[in-house]
Amino acid sequence: MSDLTRSVGIVQAQTAEFDTPLHLASGAVLPAYQLCFETYGTLNAARSNAILICHALSGHHHVAGRYTPEDKAAGWWDNMVGPGKPIDTDRFFVVGLNNLGGCHGSTGPSAINPATGQPWGSTFPVVTVPDWVRSQARLADRLGIDRWAAIIGGSLGGMQALQWSIDYPERVAHALVIASAPKLSAQNIAFNDVARQAILTDPDFHGGDFYAHDAIPRRGLRLARMLGHITYLSDDGMGEKFGRMLKSGDYQFGYEVEFEIESYLRYQGDKFSDYFDANTYLLMTKALDYFDPAKDLNDDLVAALKKASARFMVASFTSDWRFSPERSREIVKALVAADKEVVYGEIESVHGHDAFLMLDAPYVNLMRAYLNRVAEEVNA
Amino acid sequence: MSAANTLRADLQLIADWVAPASRVLDLGCGDGALLSWLNRHKAVRGYGVDFDVNNVVRCVQAGVNAIQGNLETGLAEFEDQRFDHVVLSQTIQAMHNTEQILVEMLRVGREAIVTFPNFGYWENRWQILQGHMPVSETIPYQWYNTPNIHWCMLGDFEALCAKNGIRVLERVVMNEAKRIHFLPNLRGSLAFYRVARQTG
Repeated sequence: MSDLTRSVGIVQAQTAEFDTPLHLASGAVLPAYQLCFETYGTLNAARSNAILICHALSGHHHVAGRYTPEDKAAGWWDNMVGPGKPIDTDRFFVVGLNNLGGCHGSTGPSAINPATGQPWGSTFPVVTVPDWVRSQARLADRLGIDRWAAIIGGSLGGMQALQWSIDYPERVAHALVIASAPKLSAQNIAFNDVARQAILTDPDFHGGDFYAHDAIPRRGLRLARMLGHITYLSDDGMGEKFGRMLKSGDYQFGYEVEFEIESYLRYQGDKFSDYFDANTYLLMTKALDYFDPAKDLNDDLVAALKKASARFMVASFTSDWRFSPERSREIVKALVAADKEVVYGEIESVHGHDAFLMLDAPYVNLMRAYLNRVAEEVNA
Repeated sequence: MSAANTLRADLQLIADWVAPASRVLDLGCGDGALLSWLNRHKAVRGYGVDFDVNNVVRCVQAGVNAIQGNLETGLAEFEDQRFDHVVLSQTIQAMHNTEQILVEMLRVGREAIVTFPNFGYWENRWQILQGHMPVSETIPYQWYNTPNIHWCMLGDFEALCAKNGIRVLERVVMNEAKRIHFLPNLRGSLAFYRVARQTG
């Protein structure tokens, strides 16, 4: 596994400005916007070896590598993206971007609206997965990429890969849809709404315009993240890592941190509220809730996927209960019925939904085998 | 891709039954050798199904589309009559839901190809007469570690087909890559059936 320690090295984010208005599903129009992105590897002469990585709920463009040699944490999918890794940057030109509405450099609620000179805040429109895909297609145009060798995403990222294959069939050779779902279940939406309520009812939220009040709805964000985090792990995984371990060895009969799991969740929540924007969290969970490519086709997912010409890899993880294997099998079933080529792996893992960021051996092997196939096809 | 052009003798017999450019579902596809050969030599389209993720990986390496799944729970991923041929090679004897899988195969496919070790083979009978459970080329396990739980002979399988309104289109019995015509239930170690739903 020594090749897995290899890295794309020191990387730098770039920004692309777009001044053609973007018409959104909500009816709103973004007159201009910018997307923050990173690239790794080299685009070949035929421009055939590009891979787009779509991020999940709290993600961004920083997929692999580090910003400085001292940087403690690498990009969010550094496990998978790099020289000799399954998404091999010696062969592929890899693009990661921050979605519209994000808080890491792309235009979003915390950015300044040039029309007012103030942060967009509550006036930033709701964005959907198809909106994102359209904005990403413009970035592809800008980078000179007519057709992606693959579009890859986990969770909300997998939904973008699926949407791409439907909206731009000629521009996607392979779509890798990992730990995702064809649409959220009522339970998924319920979790999202609890998270949103935590933010919306935080007294520091100020209707979304907290920037002007020099406030941050930290408590709401923290609760949202704690709830989210619980749903991304599995009971077994949590039990293995924390069990009922106590910080001080015995019960304190109070409400301070006693169990290690409490300490961990509060730490994660605090960390998150330091760097993530509350409005972005609201937007991203809404994009999740709204995703439903079959909605305008009488709930016929097969009809929606008939438009795709990509080949697909779908993967799920046995302990993922937020996006369970059953949900991935719905996608597989529809793809088979739509007469598409599909590979499906159901990976044994204790890591819950987060498993798509981990290195369970069968998962790595499957990704490597599939992407080798992609690389051979595009002569990468 | 080594040895990709030569197929194991039993798989070759199955391959000979598959029509060019047809749709094939290979249940318990293992490393995907059959589908890989069929893709390249008969322009067949299809999927393999296997329970083991490592086999799914091997299929991907062989350029075969494989779907990880448990045959015991049926073939819910597949719509009615989606395939021309559904193959179940040397697996039916290891399944709990033997009858269900046979019915499911002909729900999703026009034709099913089923192969299994023939328990009636004389060497098996001989070993039983000597007081032991049979161990042979087609039954390479001891009684305590065998995955095989539902043994049958030619007549048993044909009776199960009849019970479910399934017609035998073709039957071949082999012994070490050689076709057996005379006393097949006694002299054949491996049985091959091509079956379809009874019509009318």
